[in-house]
Amino acid sequence: MSDSQTQHSAIAETSTVRVRRTRWQRMRILLSRAPLTAWFGMVVVAIYAVVTLFAPLLAPYGEAEVFSRGDAPWSREHLLGTDRIGRDVLTRLLYGARNTVGIALGTTMLALLIGGSLGLIAAINRSWLDQIISRAVDTIMAIPGLIFALMLLAIFGASILSLILIVGITYATNFFRLTRSVSLNVVVMDYVEAARLRGENMVWIMAREILPNILPPLIAEFGLRFIFVFLFIASLSFLGMGIQPPTADWGSMVRENAHWITFVPFVPFRDAFFYGLKPLLPAGCIALLTIGVNFIVDWFIHETSGLRDV
Amino acid sequence: MFRLIEVIGKRILLGLVTLFIVSLIIFSSISLLPGDFAQAVLGQTATEATLKAFRESLDLDKPVITRYFRWVAGVMQGDMGNTFSGRSTGGQGIDVSRPVVEIMLPKLRNTLFLAGVTAAISVPLALMLGFLTALFRNSIFDRTANAITLSTIAMPEFFLAYMLIILLGGYLPTIANVRAETEFLQRLLLVTLPTMTLTLVIVAAMMRMTRAAIINLLASPYIEMARLSGASQAEIIFRHALPNAWAPIATVIAFNMAWLVVGVVVVEVVFTYDGIGKLMVDSVGSRDIPVVQACALVFAATYISMNLLADIVGIVTNPRLLHPR
Amino acid sequence: MKPAGCAMSDRASKDLLLDMKNVHIEGFADERWHPIIKGVDLQLHRGEVLGLIGESGAGKSTLGKAAMGYTQPGCRFTAGEVMFDGQELSGMKIKDKRHIWGTRISYVAQSAAASFNPAHRLLDQTIRASKRVGDRSEQVLKSDAVDLFRRLNLPEPETIGLRYPHQVSGGQLQRVMTAMAMSPRPDLIIFDEPTTALDVTTQVEVLSSIRDLVAQFNTAAIYITHDLAVVAQMADRIKVLRYGEEVEQADTRTMLSSPEQEYTKSLWSVRSLEKPEKSGEEILLTIENIDAAYGASKVLHDVSIKLPRGRTVAVVGESGSGKSTTARVITGLLPQLNGTVTFDGAELPRRLRDRSKEQLRRIQMIYQMADTAMNPRQTVGEIIGRPLEFYLGLRGKEQERRVIELLEMIELDASFYDRLPDELSGGQKQRICIARALAAEPDLIICDEVTSALDQIVQEGILNLLQRLQGEFGIAYLFITHDIATVRAISDEIVVMWQGKVVEQGMKQQILSPPHPAYSELLLSSVPEMDPDWLDNLLDRRKHEGVSDPAQTGQDPER
Repeated sequence: MSDSQTQHSAIAETSTVRVRRTRWQRMRILLSRAPLTAWFGMVVVAIYAVVTLFAPLLAPYGEAEVFSRGDAPWSREHLLGTDRIGRDVLTRLLYGARNTVGIALGTTMLALLIGGSLGLIAAINRSWLDQIISRAVDTIMAIPGLIFALMLLAIFGASILSLILIVGITYATNFFRLTRSVSLNVVVMDYVEAARLRGENMVWIMAREILPNILPPLIAEFGLRFIFVFLFIASLSFLGMGIQPPTADWGSMVRENAHWITFVPFVPFRDAFFYGLKPLLPAGCIALLTIGVNFIVDWFIHETSGLRDV
Repeated sequence: MFRLIEVIGKRILLGLVTLFIVSLIIFSSISLLPGDFAQAVLGQTATEATLKAFRESLDLDKPVITRYFRWVAGVMQGDMGNTFSGRSTGGQGIDVSRPVVEIMLPKLRNTLFLAGVTAAISVPLALMLGFLTALFRNSIFDRTANAITLSTIAMPEFFLAYMLIILLGGYLPTIANVRAETEFLQRLLLVTLPTMTLTLVIVAAMMRMTRAAIINLLASPYIEMARLSGASQAEIIFRHALPNAWAPIATVIAFNMAWLVVGVVVVEVVFTYDGIGKLMVDSVGSRDIPVVQACALVFAATYISMNLLADIVGIVTNPRLLHPR
Repeated sequence: MKPAGCAMSDRASKDLLLDMKNVHIEGFADERWHPIIKGVDLQLHRGEVLGLIGESGAGKSTLGKAAMGYTQPGCRFTAGEVMFDGQELSGMKIKDKRHIWGTRISYVAQSAAASFNPAHRLLDQTIRASKRVGDRSEQVLKSDAVDLFRRLNLPEPETIGLRYPHQVSGGQLQRVMTAMAMSPRPDLIIFDEPTTALDVTTQVEVLSSIRDLVAQFNTAAIYITHDLAVVAQMADRIKVLRYGEEVEQADTRTMLSSPEQEYTKSLWSVRSLEKPEKSGEEILLTIENIDAAYGASKVLHDVSIKLPRGRTVAVVGESGSGKSTTARVITGLLPQLNGTVTFDGAELPRRLRDRSKEQLRRIQMIYQMADTAMNPRQTVGEIIGRPLEFYLGLRGKEQERRVIELLEMIELDASFYDRLPDELSGGQKQRICIARALAAEPDLIICDEVTSALDQIVQEGILNLLQRLQGEFGIAYLFITHDIATVRAISDEIVVMWQGKVVEQGMKQQILSPPHPAYSELLLSSVPEMDPDWLDNLLDRRKHEGVSDPAQTGQDPER
């Protein structure tokens, strides 16, 4: 046999060995390349995280504490004035962060849990179970989300629990579709078949072979869904069907103070600021967070789908 | 050709079946109502007799299947029952409730008007922008558009609506009180701000999706082959990419039109526009179940038809189905 | 029609058509610019065919496209010039280059299916570039295209142009693509691995068609391939490329008979591997009367194979022959409809999940694409360690030690323990897969086209490794492949399959020597050999015998 003729060394086969960088190095490279918009998003998210966690410490008054003067303008005691009932707007804004963001986060996680696991199961099964679940999801998705949620809310009434459950189920469908589609790509890989041939059980294959390989799109989807869930809940609250008073929440704050806006175009500029602030501030807070997260997700998607860099 | 008809037929059938199942869901949700809502609807002072009559009129004593088919039969004939509101006036048992259909139709017309105007403006605008940003990828134009649209789609509609009111409220009407007798031009004026709000959000979403679809298409190997055969940029877009772009673009449009149907809800509430979206919100608030059901059914039917249309466009432009082996 | 390799003066005028000097090309990856082509010269005269060969990653395709003045997105010219008929292409504006592309220089890609627009008919696409030249009317172009189709031996040349790409087969598409390249009567055609994706038997037809046309129209051509025997049939001169640099260049006959460089010699020698056959006494695996189906369509018909312990049985056949399906039946992934699989005396349950861990352990499988056969997020240590833990219960230090032992067995070393799959070369990846199979200490390893995706030299290394392991551990191999040279190198016995049936089975020498049943004859003779006259001789022979197509071998492919 011509074993020695070629003097072929298997070890020396690669002409370019990719040097694997440590996690810190990778982080630093990643951050150095981040565009301005992504930085903006990260700063915003950081601020919101702090507020959400430390709301009780930052807020000057209690969440539902009522003062005598309703609809008061800004003053030293009430930096942003009071709302119609007489509660301090700044306090409610800070607590609103905690409530709205917290509930949105919880709902998104529930949606991920339900939709993600169903998607994985459907992708692995690829036959009757897949068909049943997919058809069911298609049918639910045939009803527009807002309508579906409004309908169920009309029946069950709006409470924090029903809100989380209903919105969670509505958005689980998106997670299902995404998880199923990316898992299908992975499931047909030879290494999954190799694991099956070994005799590994389903749970092991899901957890060790499939899951690590579908994380990037799943994380991106989580970010995106969070934005939409957040907007959804804020809109529901705005319509009066979401988080109920006295719990502070940005959507209903907009609603409670919206009556001021109609005056704004007709008053001098200085007063306009005063009139517009109360309803716009919570709305602006909503917009700021969602835009910030959107920028981060956009950057993340760009990074994970482009040229990969270890 | 027959294969084509067969595939389209199957798809339409699927749409009908979906509608059927959705109607089942919408209908059966009423049976999920906790407790006895007859009392809640008719008020504290209702007598036992009126309560009983109410329950009977809703066939609550009959089995579910019968109720469902009665309801469907009613819907087919244009009767969706009567509203809950007005069923009792001051406990005297006088029923001044109105047929749901009677209330719904004019509002439906209004919503369709709003949606129609929005679609007419936003679809061409979005497609054009989507194309341009895909072609001039990574240019300043593209990157600015990307940043702007990324922001717009993340904003809640009511925020945009209020911003527009603040900025333009002095020049344009902020309360869109359209009535049956309002004439066309006046309608357009009243509808301007709501349309602008909706357009801003939809164009952003549609533009991004179109851009992604076109970039995806331009990455196909036969496009590179066309380049190597000397095709100019214009040729590549119009002769090579476009015929394959109908399906993804139709999907994008349908998806967004379906969203539009839902997006009107918030806008109608903000601008107090008398449409079916506002009707649904109001009736959800007052737990007027027949109205909620009827509205939900209408919305769902529209949504399903939009998606059906997109699928059919995709089928009809697929060369594999048009010319089977 | 003259055979390739004849003295150039016969066919080509001495005009220098293409003159590439000191071409440097770089590509952008991992945030850096890497050199891809490092100073290559290339000259081509009118009517001359140059074969460009090298392993994957050598830069053949990049160089071929550079001859047109084209670089892929992410690549750029950094030095050198490309003179085409007096014009310099590398620095020319795209606008001007477009006038040349498709009309004076044509490009034939490897994958025809991906290069055709699914929305347009074939005829339209064929004449599109020629229309731009503007020297002939559309009518004339269309009839010319039909004529080209006829010359390329396409079925129904009059009407095939009216079809869409998805309505014709891969081999036919490849020929249409050649017609498309020929239609504008270019000065130069660049063929980029045009027959690599085709079956061996289809390849013969396409090769002869291409060669005829090129000779007929006196077109210059650059023929890119990694298959040495193929290039011997097509080219007047051969240039060998490695790591972006030229290794050697000479006219075909000289190159084949007396190459100068060591590297070139090694490329040639790979095909001469041959192992002496050994018969086996004890039968390890028997499959009898297996029928199998995917859904409603039956893919295996009454297949029976015997595999002796510690020996290699090669299963040969083209795509669609049922080789891989047989492997799936043996492993239990596809339960058979009828028939039995007996392993070491005991019948194996039909379904994978009914089998015991012990049964699973003793039969292992290695795949064709090592990239997809390993989890990209697991390190080498984890990949090899898992079967050790799962089957043999080895953990911790013990497992680590054994993994390093296995790494050394496959001619790598402990430094590979923490590497991820995308930090390995193709051959190294396949070795890791072998180690993973070995870790289970199996009696039988099924090798499903394990060397088909590798370069020739690397193939040799893997085949040698497998031999050695068989000698040391007595492992039996069921070696599935479509490549006859590999079969010659590694097998003791051969099974020939066609369309789900076993055509013949026996010891290697017996199968490889005549007489053969009709299909075997076709298959074996279609394999290109390193003789420049091979193609001509084959075509002559076949014309006399009247057989050129597997379908023509008749319903019963057996004796």
